[in-house]
Amino acid sequence: MTAMKKKPPEADVRSVLMAGVGGQGILRASDILCLVIMEAGLDVKKSEVHGMAQRGGCVTSHVRFGAKVYSPIERKGNVDILLAFEKLEALRYLDYLKPESRIIVNELELYPPAVNLGTMGYPAHALELIRGAFGTVKVVRAHELAVRAGNPRAENTVLLGVLSQWLDFPVSLWEKVLDRAFPPKTRQANIEAFHLGRNG
Amino acid sequence: MKVLMSGNEAIARGAYECGARFGAGYPGTPSTEILEEFAKYPGVYAEWAPNEKVALEVGIGAALAGAKSLVTMKHVGVNVAADPLFTVSYTGTNGALVIITADDPSLHSSQNEQDNRNYARFAKIPMLEPGDSEEAKEFVKIAFTMSAKFDTPVFLRSTTRVSHSKSLVREADPAEDEDRTELRINPSKYVMVPAMARLRRLEVEKRLQALRDFAETFPGNRMEMKNREIGIITAGMPYNYAKEVMPDCSYLKLGLVYPLPEKMIRKFAAQVKKIYVVEELDPFLEEQIKAMGIEVTGKSLLPYTNEFDPGVIAGALAPLPATPVKLPEVTIPPRPPNLCPGCPHRGLFYVLGKMKVFVAGDIGCYTLSFMKPLEGLHSCICMGASVGMAHGMSKALGDKGKGRVVGVIGDSTFIHSGITPLLNLAYNNGTAVIVICDNRTTAMTGMQEHPATGFTLQGKETKALDFQALAQVLGIDSVRVIDPYDLKETRSVMREELARSAPSLVISRRSCVLFKRNYRETGKPLRVNVHKCIGCKNCLDLGCPPIAWRSFQGLPEGEIIKNTKKQEGNSYIDASLCTGCTLCRQVCKVGAIEEVEEK
Repeated sequence: MTAMKKKPPEADVRSVLMAGVGGQGILRASDILCLVIMEAGLDVKKSEVHGMAQRGGCVTSHVRFGAKVYSPIERKGNVDILLAFEKLEALRYLDYLKPESRIIVNELELYPPAVNLGTMGYPAHALELIRGAFGTVKVVRAHELAVRAGNPRAENTVLLGVLSQWLDFPVSLWEKVLDRAFPPKTRQANIEAFHLGRNG
Repeated sequence: MKVLMSGNEAIARGAYECGARFGAGYPGTPSTEILEEFAKYPGVYAEWAPNEKVALEVGIGAALAGAKSLVTMKHVGVNVAADPLFTVSYTGTNGALVIITADDPSLHSSQNEQDNRNYARFAKIPMLEPGDSEEAKEFVKIAFTMSAKFDTPVFLRSTTRVSHSKSLVREADPAEDEDRTELRINPSKYVMVPAMARLRRLEVEKRLQALRDFAETFPGNRMEMKNREIGIITAGMPYNYAKEVMPDCSYLKLGLVYPLPEKMIRKFAAQVKKIYVVEELDPFLEEQIKAMGIEVTGKSLLPYTNEFDPGVIAGALAPLPATPVKLPEVTIPPRPPNLCPGCPHRGLFYVLGKMKVFVAGDIGCYTLSFMKPLEGLHSCICMGASVGMAHGMSKALGDKGKGRVVGVIGDSTFIHSGITPLLNLAYNNGTAVIVICDNRTTAMTGMQEHPATGFTLQGKETKALDFQALAQVLGIDSVRVIDPYDLKETRSVMREELARSAPSLVISRRSCVLFKRNYRETGKPLRVNVHKCIGCKNCLDLGCPPIAWRSFQGLPEGEIIKNTKKQEGNSYIDASLCTGCTLCRQVCKVGAIEEVEEK
């Protein structure tokens, strides 16, 4: 784990913000991250949005962890890592980050209604814009890796694999949790997807 | 053992651990999962009621028989249940009755942002408010104990952020359910005619006094003394936000938000210099504490609206050094929720949106049809409102409204509170056309069973309400069933029924595309044949997520295929999202939409 600048009052609490679109498996991914953190013996809280947002709208999940966590949501300007499942959703939540925050972006464009209708444009050069504002931006072709792992739906597990490189939890812990999280039918592909993300 | 649980799962677990085995409720975000989870525990009986009033009455009946009874609903559900609520406060509960109200600050999935702490004071019922999952589990147990001890219904108030955040919970072994149920006849306690209600009214005040005394020693109300310059009085989730931002201040954390521990508050106030009250929505604590003559600051600095987060508190009370990021200047298109690909509502609302009619709407996924491009719904007030509103509007408009007023309501919502207004429409000779958008499930909250699905909450087969038969006995002469995947039929039936000058009901029936039990694949994914598409954008008017506009602008000359001179682009269908419902094929005038060929 990289050294965090000491900045009370929540010096030892770290936060990951996952953002994407309904149906991308964000809540599942944040559950898995929480279980890994729990297995590592840390306190963890997460927060998510249900209901209206499931109908193709934005979905976010905050995960915060450390010795003692109070709030399940992070304030704007203080998220450590943004894990974006889609490029537009990465742009949408940049205001939750601080200058030294790191970003993982899935190389994927899902058009919202206004873009489909042709009334608004999908931001061009989204990745360049993000790179211009933040130093550490990792772009992942999660779909390709998920297909290679044998399950095109395992994009979320690929992204967890990428995220795992930036968190200080042993691979065995991740494997233990992934093993429990998926039914036998999709287990192997998801573990493979995780490793492709982690080693990619 | 520690497990990761949502607030809702923890509430269900707490009820189970303390021996509650009876539950009733009506689904509503953010409360739905409480009863779903509770229903899974061994030995539990739990049911979906048609609405919150019925759920509460079922819960009251069980409590009067001696059971420990759990009733769950969202904040606006308490409005529906308010009638029995105010009087069960008088009768008391015999067994135990805990009512969960799940409030929704920020209106994540609701039509208003009411603060249901006011109900506690209004109905003179104590209210507990947990701040995370562990507290949610423990507070439910305390709520059951309090209910039995003080012979009162007890509220437990959650908010979206408590219900739908997850944190670590220590599971305990469940208590054995001791069966204390029996028939008990006690008219002076349970027959609330004026003479007896007046006597019970006195008991309510005595009980409140006893609860005030209890509040003073209740361990869920606690002082955490640190730096005495600033003291913060708070409860529920906002406690966590404040602790995050101002960890060194002193706190009075209230677990019981009604009634308040006045002595404890005075004691706390005497030990700190400046007091902030940190609470979302109404100044519920602040006004009561000010009425005690204690000087506090709250809503003059903190917002009345929306949920808080640590940033809101930091901004108002403890500005942090800013470390701004220079964000890229870019317009980010919004991504509102939308009807799913293949949603059966789309066909109905496409037709309604093109008619020159007022569509009184209701609560459900179909409410989203108000948006562009469908624009097929023009009001949404509360569960069931569409039917009565359409009738009232049509009566007020008289001849001007002839054939121009429609009320639309989902199947679960119709059962919730659409039946009596439909009876009213028939009784008073209304001519508004009512449409039940019957997708065979409670889709918005995640596929819950209801009285017309043929299954109970706990998965048992049961009778299924027949809407046609019901409408006929209510006095609706014309009942038509349509398939909203058939635009031509939908349009012609709507026109015929609007032309009628007698009560009329249309049942637009087609399973929710996400409801695995009922949904049958209808066709193969479709695609746009670019050699036929003329770029007229008709298909885009459906607002279907897989259909997108591809402008020719910026494309290399060789890739542009024009079928008319002035064509500026063409439509494109993402076959991986398309369900093959064929609506777009039906609106395409040039036959450019075709099935994807098998490879």
